[in-house]
Amino acid sequence: MLLSLVLITLSFRSGEDGQLSGVQSAGATVLKPFAVGFERLAQPFRDTYEWADSLLTARSEADRLRAENRELRQRAFQSEFALQENEYLRGLQDYIDGPRFPDDFQPVSAEVISRPAGAFTQAIVIAAGSRNGIRVDDPVVNADGLVGRVTRVASRTARIQLLTDQGAAVSAIDLRTRAEGIVRHARGTRETLVLDRVRKQDVIKRGDDVVTAGWRASGLSSLYPKGIPIGDVSSVGQTDTDLFQQVQVDPYVDFGSLDAVLVLVPTERRRP
Amino acid sequence: MTGGAILRASVVVFVAAMLQAVIVSSLVIGGGAPDLLLVVVIALGLLRGSIAGAVLGFAGGLVVDLLTLGTLGVTSLVLTLAGFWAGRYMETTGRGRRLAPVLAVGVITVLAGVFGFVLHYLLGVEVVARHALLTALAPTLLLNLLLALPVYALVRASVREPERLDRSPGVEALV
Repeated sequence: MLLSLVLITLSFRSGEDGQLSGVQSAGATVLKPFAVGFERLAQPFRDTYEWADSLLTARSEADRLRAENRELRQRAFQSEFALQENEYLRGLQDYIDGPRFPDDFQPVSAEVISRPAGAFTQAIVIAAGSRNGIRVDDPVVNADGLVGRVTRVASRTARIQLLTDQGAAVSAIDLRTRAEGIVRHARGTRETLVLDRVRKQDVIKRGDDVVTAGWRASGLSSLYPKGIPIGDVSSVGQTDTDLFQQVQVDPYVDFGSLDAVLVLVPTERRRP
Repeated sequence: MTGGAILRASVVVFVAAMLQAVIVSSLVIGGGAPDLLLVVVIALGLLRGSIAGAVLGFAGGLVVDLLTLGTLGVTSLVLTLAGFWAGRYMETTGRGRRLAPVLAVGVITVLAGVFGFVLHYLLGVEVVARHALLTALAPTLLLNLLLALPVYALVRASVREPERLDRSPGVEALV
């Protein structure tokens, strides 16, 4: 028990670059092959479970996807038009932009080897680390959208804080209205997010897309580049006493079945 | 404990820790996931006593903390106490009770949940009490109780000492 308390004290006080981080990094490196082995063993069972689960919802899912496809086709035409107009306007003035996703990042793809343990932390561990150019605070995405950010890095593994963790917060905007807010975990539920601090005069509607804002101000900037999809608005509410609207966001990422993720390493850092 | 029994118990704890970190913690049912490692440590405490339970709990927790790059010692401390409590229970009032594994798993799961919550709170981790102590703990308790007897039987079979063959079956009078 005393040893545990000593470890907690040293680990807590020393932080990222402390005495114990080297020991922990070495331990994680030794355990990584076992974790990868167990993950590979479990994958067929996980796939079978997901296949069986998808069979139950296949018909309704297909109908939903057809409707979504029609809507997305219309949006693609509108976006193409807006993009061309945007490029033209940028060319007219000397416009300096911040880092953009995905152009200014080189993704490092990595397998998930460990998942959240217990109700206290929402985190995963991936099979890539500082040797692959990953650093603390690098954003993490998958094909569906924003997953979280890197909070600890060992030489061959890294810990990712998920967006559903109580300590996670991301500046975000409603894509349709440009209303700004902060996406954070909804208290009490496991995988629901809220768009906090949205002004009452902003007209947010159900189904609106929410993406990262990627702000830059007074020499400070958001950890996340702008334009990474986060989720869509599932409900909007407000009361007379609240200063802000209560906007619930349904994340695009299924945090319960993450198999692989992409860590966005800035292109400048990868450049020799 | 013999050398072989210690080795077998260590392997059981290591496998349980890896399974917990890699697979079991993602099996979320009703808002909570089973804690296989906790159940295994309790079973080892019941079978091998308080000291062995505490040491094996510490080792299992250390493996999880190393693998998940969490704060070193947190899981170790919770599991050290869990293994010790389980061992003390069997050494005192639990001896001879058939449902001792279920009772121990039930009580220790709740205590470990509350203690873990307090520990994380003291370390500055933002945790919502309602989620940690009700939404997640209730299903975890139920799932751990379901695991209690099968895991106890499996652990008992894994760490059982082989029968000694050199024992004399009876007393012989030599003339």
